[in-house]
Amino acid sequence: MKSLEELSALKAEALKKSNLGPDAATTRVVVGMATCGISAGATPVYEELIKQVAQKSPNIMVSQTGCIGICCMEPIVEVHEPGKEKVTYVFMTPEKVTKIVDQHLINNQVVEEYTIGAAQ
Amino acid sequence: MDTVTSLKNTKFFASQERVALRNCGIINPELIDEYIARDGYQALGKVLTTMSPEEVIDTVKRSGLRGRGGGGFPTGTKWEFASKSVNDVKYVCCNADEGDPGAFMDRSVLEGDPHAVIEAMTIAGYAIGAHQGYIYVRAEYPIAIKRLEIAIKQARDYGLLGKNIFESGFDFELELRLGSGAFVCGEETALMTSIEGNRGEPRPRPPFPAVKGLFGKPTILNNVETYANITTIILKGAEWFASMGTERSKGTKVFCVVGKIKNTGLVEIPMGTTLRDVIEEIGGGIPNGKKFKAAQTGGPSGGCIPASLIDTKIDYDNLISIGAMMGSGGLIVMDEDTCMVDIAKFFLDFTVDESCGKCTPCRIGTKRLLQMLEKITSGNATLEDLDKMEELCYYIKANSLCALGQTAPNPVLSTMRYFRDEYIAHVVDKKCPAGVCKKLLKYEVDEDHCKGCTACARVCPVNAISGEVKATHIIDQDKCIKCGACMDTCKFNAIEKK
Repeated sequence: MKSLEELSALKAEALKKSNLGPDAATTRVVVGMATCGISAGATPVYEELIKQVAQKSPNIMVSQTGCIGICCMEPIVEVHEPGKEKVTYVFMTPEKVTKIVDQHLINNQVVEEYTIGAAQ
Repeated sequence: MDTVTSLKNTKFFASQERVALRNCGIINPELIDEYIARDGYQALGKVLTTMSPEEVIDTVKRSGLRGRGGGGFPTGTKWEFASKSVNDVKYVCCNADEGDPGAFMDRSVLEGDPHAVIEAMTIAGYAIGAHQGYIYVRAEYPIAIKRLEIAIKQARDYGLLGKNIFESGFDFELELRLGSGAFVCGEETALMTSIEGNRGEPRPRPPFPAVKGLFGKPTILNNVETYANITTIILKGAEWFASMGTERSKGTKVFCVVGKIKNTGLVEIPMGTTLRDVIEEIGGGIPNGKKFKAAQTGGPSGGCIPASLIDTKIDYDNLISIGAMMGSGGLIVMDEDTCMVDIAKFFLDFTVDESCGKCTPCRIGTKRLLQMLEKITSGNATLEDLDKMEELCYYIKANSLCALGQTAPNPVLSTMRYFRDEYIAHVVDKKCPAGVCKKLLKYEVDEDHCKGCTACARVCPVNAISGEVKATHIIDQDKCIKCGACMDTCKFNAIEKK
């Protein structure tokens, strides 16, 4: 790294690639994959999500992330759609993935029964 | 009412303030680009291209940041000491040897945002004039280690570690050192001894590490969470950080809320939040309609906060004044079914295992203390033993070599301070009010309720229950191992725990 300018250019590029900024191009789905998530069974959820998204809606981004915070409800999947409040799905299983991909990621309808509000 | 669909809109999250955890649960920790997308390495760039080491130290000092490992020493002051020590070689170390039972803050930061620690350590290196850093992380954290290794390699590939970073002429290298699970290696001098390749044992201070630390050179050692705050302080300014918190404790603190609580998890709250808010709002209260009894902070070095002090504002000084301590951030919530003598015994059992054995007060003192607690929980102690035990506590505190021994009696002292009646019940009445200490328990059959169904007799693993069909059963107290199977089985609530 040579200068702040180089870093800024890298940041602009990284924002595009990661869909982390306010003007993200596509939906970003993250799975909590810290020790708490993995021990609760996040790995098969993550793999199933990658498989189904690749088949049904390959433009959506799926990523792993660290501890989301509410460890007692792991595995957690969060859906960040551009310009919308994120949606938090808790107690995830590979079986629940299909409904989230079909109903939410493809047809834009939140699967309320799997969200954090329904679990509380 | 509409269902809450976002974690952001839950009570669990509403009063949290994420500084150290700003990227945890958002970025992919294995991609440096995602860290950079969230302003990563901007602070390092700003420091190396526009600030002098003195300005960096001044900023950290003005922010009021104090050590998040539990001690609470002002971070800027620590850096200043090391920067003023004249030596051609200095070191920057990170303490990731998290060992308190129930604590996982450091692991979560390393697993969720490893670059935050790498960037901050590089800034610290520039501030004190060091070119080499070590992260001492316990080997029991394989995911944290893997992500740190990936992060260090990526930072090197981008020229954010190594020679001439940002063409400033500043060089910095970083290596991992794995701890093998000794709790004492979280103590600063023991940690450095372990990095040097020796058996992890503490040494007397002074000389303090800022003067003579790792390999005899000036060294700073900070906790993971302390480093995780640094970059935001540089970018947003000392004043912004100091605007959060209480008069003498600035910023936020990460806690692992565990135990008898609905929402177990990782929370970050501004200093000065009350314990009530953490337990009732964020934590969602105690499950199964039980009553809150006490919260334990600071692990084996800390103390407990009883229900009567639930409105205490959490900061370094308030917790010390009530006989607990901030600690690294483990917050174990206990309900009415928890025996406080048993809790003290649990922590003492831990320190006896983990005492390194170098100094006598800790090696033998903690063992004797544990034996006294065992005497109490088995109903053989006298009131005189309680006084003796207190005396021994103060002796261990005053004479141990390092913080492990100096703080080991805290769980005993603090439970004796707030729950002396429970100790007395064990000693005088030979009863455990919470019904935990097995040797003081007794299961008995209530004649009025027993229908003589024989279910308890059939389930008893040691055949301690006898009785005819349709006649009241009797438990043979000599045979009973107090497993509670009869009580769980009885459909008529005829078995009482006394």
